[in-house]
Amino acid sequence: MALKILKPGLSTSIQDLGRPGYFHLGIPISGAMDRFALRAANMLVGNPEDTAALEAVFMGPQIEFTEGAVVAVTGADLPMTLDGEPVAGWTSFAVKAGQTLGFGFLKAGARAYIAVSGGITTKLDLGSRSTYPIGSLGGVGGRAIAEGDLLPVGAGDLSTAGRSVAEELRRMPDTPAKLRVLPGLYWNRLTEAAGHGFFEDNWTVAAEADRMGYRFKGGRALEFVDREQPFGAGADPSNIVDGCYSYGSIQVPGGTEPIVLHRDAVSGGGYFTLGAIVSADMDLIGQLQPNTSVKFVKVDMEQALAARSDRKAMLQKIRDALR
Amino acid sequence: MKTRYTYGGDEHIYVEMDEEMSLDAFFKSLSMSNAVRDADIPGVTEICPANASFQVKFDPDVTAPDAMMARIKELESKADNADKRLSTRIIEIPVYYQDPWTHETVMRFRERHQDPTGTDLEYAARINGFDSVETFIEAHHAQPWFVSMVGFVAGLPFLYQLVERDKQLQVPKYLRPRTDTPKHTVGYGGCFSCIYSVRGAGGYQMFGITPMPIYDPEQKVSYLKDFMVFFKPGDIVKFKPVEREEYDRIVKAVEDGTYAPRIAEVDFDLEDFNADMAGTNAKLMEALDGA
Repeated sequence: MALKILKPGLSTSIQDLGRPGYFHLGIPISGAMDRFALRAANMLVGNPEDTAALEAVFMGPQIEFTEGAVVAVTGADLPMTLDGEPVAGWTSFAVKAGQTLGFGFLKAGARAYIAVSGGITTKLDLGSRSTYPIGSLGGVGGRAIAEGDLLPVGAGDLSTAGRSVAEELRRMPDTPAKLRVLPGLYWNRLTEAAGHGFFEDNWTVAAEADRMGYRFKGGRALEFVDREQPFGAGADPSNIVDGCYSYGSIQVPGGTEPIVLHRDAVSGGGYFTLGAIVSADMDLIGQLQPNTSVKFVKVDMEQALAARSDRKAMLQKIRDALR
Repeated sequence: MKTRYTYGGDEHIYVEMDEEMSLDAFFKSLSMSNAVRDADIPGVTEICPANASFQVKFDPDVTAPDAMMARIKELESKADNADKRLSTRIIEIPVYYQDPWTHETVMRFRERHQDPTGTDLEYAARINGFDSVETFIEAHHAQPWFVSMVGFVAGLPFLYQLVERDKQLQVPKYLRPRTDTPKHTVGYGGCFSCIYSVRGAGGYQMFGITPMPIYDPEQKVSYLKDFMVFFKPGDIVKFKPVEREEYDRIVKAVEDGTYAPRIAEVDFDLEDFNADMAGTNAKLMEALDGA
């Protein structure tokens, strides 16, 4: 069984839950930006949740199936058709040999996850099939999929068609999107007024928003506590001696346009970070289109852990319903 | 030095040894990250030493953040008392300074630079008080460097020179980052040199290029067959200037699978170094010359 790529979409890549353990060498975890949606898609087609699937951003690919399989698409609301007939998202459906899956225009969200029973079985690099183009790891020879690719698929369970995730369990960002932030890291570099302003202001997703990081604009410039810059840090008040970056950490080069580092993050650098998006809300960033309105919401560790539990409980509900 | 502990969201603990860069801060960050690794704390998934700080990524469902923080803080006194000695290796890295490829890139991104009329090396030499590019290049390769961090992108080493504070070269990054940097460019930003492991964006000043690959995901390069990343924190590097002919010879030898980097096993003792920098460096380079 294989997926024949007739059209690749804008930037469609193979992703699983990533390759932890190499960040100290500059190799990021990668994997699905919206892990909730990837896990749900795999559950729908009867795969282990860390199975490799396709992550399509803004625009879907066109795929021909060389054999029968069960398919599910979760995440962004990207209308789709099987041989021209509409099929529903967050629902598993059977496909026959020779049928073609196509996509229409994006209605909501940013990234769709296309899982197929048996999963994509391209080469593992450092334990993962996730595509990391800068390091030429995973994917198809280290790159996103392209027209004419034939993606190998393993043997899967063909009895899982017709299953669906309840609407209230389809986790997507609110409007405006609320991203919870735990202040920390180099938060102490900001003046009190700047710290307040960051959470008061309305932000929008900038055009520079990809798997490495999401940039935001529209809020006030941040002011820094005066200091003589430490040796080795660089002259700008937003500079620090280069350190490791946390996933989800928010850097603000020059005090303007915050950048949230995501799954393909650079592992370190010389910009101060004011804290990090809580782990539970990283998935939501993967569903933000440019120009989306965003509020950053200040939380403490207790609230961050509660959000983490809530997300896990939602996933467990899907697991229980599909068992 | 004053250690500062903080959280990076609910999955990271970040420990800053000192706000400023020093070999003492680097050694302590390396000792502490080793102590965290040896402690084998349940839930730890990544330990990332950096120049003067380190970060631990963990699963808070396995060990709660406050418990993880307490465990890591306990390890600080152990790191303070640890020998500031390192069994490591010194590696000779050939560098073709003022090469045509980085020069082309230098000129292509001139409008993003502090000094659009000169080159990166002319600018760096001038602001560090050197009377010529040649004497600046000499200062860059005469004394060895510590790999104080590996990261940014896959396999990229940050290097800190083993010289007195007043002899450290300091150069700001580009005003706006470039969208392109040739693979294997030897760069400079702040007080750090680096080697770009892959082609891509970058903000460091560009001084030259090495013919020696340091990252190979396909693991075809003879000395990267065991692992795709060449450097690790604690490695010592000595740059060796080469001209075009030698550069071309090494590129060919790498392709033929016959190139073996010159490497010697060495011990580095921070107290010995602080007592006699020139003498310690001379011994390191002696070991390299004997390899």
